[in-house]
Amino acid sequence: MTQRHPAPKFAPNDGVIDTATSALGAMLLASEDSVGEVNLTLARETLVDAMIALRDTPGLEYQMLMEIAGVDYPSRPERFEVVYMLLSLTRNHRIKVKVITDEVKPVPSVTGIWPVAGWLEREVYDMYGVLFEGNPDLRRILTDYGFVGHPQRKDFPLSGYVELRYSEEAKRVVYEPVQLAQDFRNFDFMSPWEGAEYILPGDEKADGKLPEAKGAPTPLKADEIKKADEAADKKAAPKAETPKTSESTAQTGAGEPDPGNQPEDKPKDPDVVPPKDGGKDA
Amino acid sequence: MADYIDEIEGKTDAEDPTVGDTAIANYTINFGPQHPAAHGVLRLVMELDGEIVERVDPHVGLLHRGTEKLIEYKTYTQAMPYMDRLDYCSPLCMEHSFVLAVEKLLDLEVPIRAQYLRVFFAELTRISNHMLNLGSHVMDVGAMTPNLWMFELREDCLNFFERVSGARMHSNYYRVGGVHQDAPLKLLTDIGDWLDTRLPRLFGDAISLVAENRIFKQRNVDIAVVSREDAMRWGFSGPMIRAAGIPWDIRKAQPYDVYDRMEFDIPVGTKGDCYDRFMVRVKEVYESAKIMKQCLAEMPEGPTMTLDRKVGPPKRGEMKHSMEALIHHFKLYSEGYHVPAGEVYVATESPKGEFGIYMVSDGTNKPYRCKIRPTAFSHLQAFDFMGKGHMLADTTAILGAMDIVFGECDR
Repeated sequence: MTQRHPAPKFAPNDGVIDTATSALGAMLLASEDSVGEVNLTLARETLVDAMIALRDTPGLEYQMLMEIAGVDYPSRPERFEVVYMLLSLTRNHRIKVKVITDEVKPVPSVTGIWPVAGWLEREVYDMYGVLFEGNPDLRRILTDYGFVGHPQRKDFPLSGYVELRYSEEAKRVVYEPVQLAQDFRNFDFMSPWEGAEYILPGDEKADGKLPEAKGAPTPLKADEIKKADEAADKKAAPKAETPKTSESTAQTGAGEPDPGNQPEDKPKDPDVVPPKDGGKDA
Repeated sequence: MADYIDEIEGKTDAEDPTVGDTAIANYTINFGPQHPAAHGVLRLVMELDGEIVERVDPHVGLLHRGTEKLIEYKTYTQAMPYMDRLDYCSPLCMEHSFVLAVEKLLDLEVPIRAQYLRVFFAELTRISNHMLNLGSHVMDVGAMTPNLWMFELREDCLNFFERVSGARMHSNYYRVGGVHQDAPLKLLTDIGDWLDTRLPRLFGDAISLVAENRIFKQRNVDIAVVSREDAMRWGFSGPMIRAAGIPWDIRKAQPYDVYDRMEFDIPVGTKGDCYDRFMVRVKEVYESAKIMKQCLAEMPEGPTMTLDRKVGPPKRGEMKHSMEALIHHFKLYSEGYHVPAGEVYVATESPKGEFGIYMVSDGTNKPYRCKIRPTAFSHLQAFDFMGKGHMLADTTAILGAMDIVFGECDR
């Protein structure tokens, strides 16, 4: 499989989901192969057993836990996702393992398998308030001593609630409620032409098509675009038996005294007007 | 005096039971956050038994600036400069993970010259990072001169960064889809000359002062030995895992950009002590120079930014003739490009280890979540088990060999 983007290339995902399904059984809730990466969603209660299986089963062998990330989706009934990034040194492969929870249901700690999880779980607890059952030292880690709240939650304001300064009168640092000189501005770029769920009149045929270019707004998921690109790469071979060539200058207009870029000529396509100096001032 | 001799001989005085078996309480000291050997704002709460370290509790977060939260409120282009400010000793390697993560979500092709330039300057960043770390490690254990000499080289690197990006440290040079501007030919030839002459001479001289030095070895050999199994359980990466004897390098195992075209070796340690970590970094400097020379020899001509106008901005000259280009420019610098919904974890080999970006996009022009995997977190966490049983003076050597920068650790 050729890879279009220059991001790191690791071993192919073939068969990983099958092996994981047979090794984990009911502990595996969902699995997907998306944007070239395998995501497994595991049951929260049996997380530790499942992680040991992922580490020790031949064909999986994820020996290292590289990272634990929290993500907040406030609209979901269980709003937090805890994502574990596993790495196999022997198979040269990475997967993401997800567990879903909320503010009160604790996630079993994996510190017994990987001691590195200690601080990583502390960070998720600090930032989101996710509880980890069995972590021996679940303190805050990045925020200030005595901090209140969980700053990475989507309902926590960017500015926070308190600010601190050195008070000359009190001769110490004092905490005060945040006062913004200018209101926080967050521009909404979701115009009805771009982010809307409904289809505008006249756009019925556009539904499901690829975006005009990379980076243009699109309702498609990254994985769907990747698959469409792979399909396009396969049929990229030229269809015509004879290559398209220009036999004479008559076909191109080269060498003619007036190539059509005089001020009085209206160009056919405004994008391709050749400037007189050949655009060298770029 | 008599008590002292009694104690050595193990005799206790029945009338004075405290003599000979005096109860000694452990001593807790605070190291940092303002300490020159703490390499930034690290606070260590250490429990000492005499001069032996019993327990280390690192307190981090004193430089926490909420980078991940801020990125959620910025467009992808606006989020780039935050990457420079994470590990401010190797800014371009931080940008590298970020642009690769976004390119993976976009499934975007990048011109080959841009990929060469990224690899080239990522390796220059590695050299400048190791110059700082090796120098400060040497100074932490008591030698002064090599640090001054290696700072000369680091200064050269910073001048090169200034010439390519306009900024000495916070370059903001990489872009999604390529690099911001092509490097001038004179700059590339100057770096080529520097790699051939000044770097090997000055660096070789500086290392020759310490590598075989008796005092330096006494301070580093057999300090904080980490086995292969421990390195894996504690999530080590970069020079830390290679010094433990595992030949793991993401540039080799999971090549990104044009690393798969490069010929280079992975230095590996044999004992996993502080001296191995130091020497792995020394060898990596020479390997980086090798990669850079290959880049100079092979780098093709061509564009340095994707020609996809929904991601890469048009050239100034183009905008003077084309209305479409003007619109693209305006849209890119106000709204920015949209990244299709999806999530990826992209990790690259930064000079300090595996630096990863877990990017969740919801299809808009701003990231929904951008989790940064700092290299320092796993290494610093292992401080407790690495430092246990060593002397207080060894902590500076252990910390120096870890290569921690707090901009990245605390985010």
